[in-house]
Amino acid sequence: MSMQQTLPLPGVAPERTGSYRTDHLLVADMVRPGSRVLDVGCGDGELLQLLESRGIDGRGIELSREGVNGCVAKGLAVVQGDADTDLVNYPDDAFDYVILSQTLQATRQPKVVLENLLRIGQRAIVSFPNFGFWKMRLQLLIGGHMPRTENLPASWYDTSNIHFCTIKDFVQLCDEINVKMERAVALDLYGRPVPLNLPWWVWNMFGEQGVFLLSRGGGK
Amino acid sequence: MSNVRPISSPQTQSDDRAHEADHPSSLLAKFGMDQPLKLDCGIDLAPFQIAYQTYGELNADRSNAILVCHALTGDQHVNNTHPVTGKPGWWDTMVGAGKPIDPEKYFIICSNVIGGCMGSTGPASLNPATGKVWGLDFPIITIPDMVRAQAMLIDRLGIATLFCVVGGSMGGMQVLQWTAAYPDRVFSTLAIACSTRHSAQNIAFHELGRQAVMADPDWRGGRYVDEDTHPHRGLAVARMAAHITYLSDAALHRKFGRRMQDRELPTFSFDADFQVESYLRYQGSSFVERFDANSYLYLTRAMDYFDIAGDHDGVLAKAFAGIKTRFCVVSFTSDWLFPTSESRALVHALNASSARVSFAEIETDRGHDAFLLDVPEFLEISRAFLQAAGKARGLNGGGGQS
Repeated sequence: MSMQQTLPLPGVAPERTGSYRTDHLLVADMVRPGSRVLDVGCGDGELLQLLESRGIDGRGIELSREGVNGCVAKGLAVVQGDADTDLVNYPDDAFDYVILSQTLQATRQPKVVLENLLRIGQRAIVSFPNFGFWKMRLQLLIGGHMPRTENLPASWYDTSNIHFCTIKDFVQLCDEINVKMERAVALDLYGRPVPLNLPWWVWNMFGEQGVFLLSRGGGK
Repeated sequence: MSNVRPISSPQTQSDDRAHEADHPSSLLAKFGMDQPLKLDCGIDLAPFQIAYQTYGELNADRSNAILVCHALTGDQHVNNTHPVTGKPGWWDTMVGAGKPIDPEKYFIICSNVIGGCMGSTGPASLNPATGKVWGLDFPIITIPDMVRAQAMLIDRLGIATLFCVVGGSMGGMQVLQWTAAYPDRVFSTLAIACSTRHSAQNIAFHELGRQAVMADPDWRGGRYVDEDTHPHRGLAVARMAAHITYLSDAALHRKFGRRMQDRELPTFSFDADFQVESYLRYQGSSFVERFDANSYLYLTRAMDYFDIAGDHDGVLAKAFAGIKTRFCVVSFTSDWLFPTSESRALVHALNASSARVSFAEIETDRGHDAFLLDVPEFLEISRAFLQAAGKARGLNGGGGQS
């Protein structure tokens, strides 16, 4: 689980978070200008708008009707659909990047979804809430109940998030399906990057979410 | 059974209808022998005419034109009182002041399709060669033929690129054909409750309707005008059957249930005891007042033949390869005539061809007809799409020309 491939951190200064979420800015910085991008689970289209403002050709898939309507109103090209069932219909290499932002934990088959992302796109950018985060651990350990956070406020019985994982779990999955991690960033509670020179277990403990830039076939 | 009253013939308005078929009370574009319409069946149709209506003003750079394509039994009267029925325009939820397609903003064009019976050349028109009504001598037409004729009209109006082509059902087929055939002439499209090819089930329903018309002894092999009859019973049955497919079980149940019409107890006859029966009979008989039976045969046939992929080696994505048009595809959950799965197949093909496509499935129990009804979420998304596309085109004060 070495991280020697990781690239230098992009500049995510807190002052830039004014109009956009920090994790969105981080994701957008990972996308090369002029690329074609598919945002899977694009929600209200905030990330797509940010990408389009940078001259990136963006498309979206969103499950909720409200989300789709909002995106269409913004002039974005968004298709109502389900990551679990619809990705198979996208041809190979249709996009330069496929983004899965805070959606992995809501898919029924995260592994299959991840494989599809890297079939459809040359690269994939995946961000997800880290269940190894200390606050989560504490809630289960001390509180004795399934963790809830500001970003994941639903109770265990009515949440759409069904496949939580930790950063450590995700890295293992990437290894398993031979996915190369080009860049990995953990963001703390305030959306600030956790320093890279710290060991993995620190990320897994202090990262509130993880953001990964992936490409095909890294070898082990 | 003396109280059995099948659908009666409303003769009063048939003269109006016959008059509208050749001398419509709307704008008319005539194309002479020098400008034939090249039909898919190999025949050059000339002369021919297209009846159309416009609403709003074309702007200085001719960038705000919206073409509205009507469905099977619609016509050009999308936003004005119908000359035969006296009813409001057929899409008054969508088109009009303050509506998503607003004549204050857009120059709206709606033409009667070729093969129709409201002024565009069709089987109800006079055949100049014989001086008689065309009837079944009229050549078989297709959706691409309809669109080719519309393109000639748009040429004549001096419009190079349409801001949007909009339509539902058969109108949606025309929308897709427009974008496949003239990708550079269509800035955006709104394709509603439609499909890129007519399904076997839908062809089957159409055949049922056509057989009902042709089984009527008054049809007279299609020469009913010459013989001064009209197959109103067959046409009404065709319309009743089709109308059921436009609704949903839930909508019918909500509207009528098993309630009786003007009575408490069943009459133990074949009279229209149930409200739903009266409703269908009314739908049937009001339809024959305004529509030509042969036109119904031709237009249903045109829909049956429609298969965009068929013209592109069976690969739908090829039909839209490299297209720049902005698509918005809409389907309805309870539409069993053009179910969401067919819209999804279209969207997948558009994605495969890198087209800029949006797609929404609207939740409603109102069936296929939902696109003609006041379904707020549908109207909202249509408005939002047109506004955003308008902004990209420099309309709506979103930059560009004033």
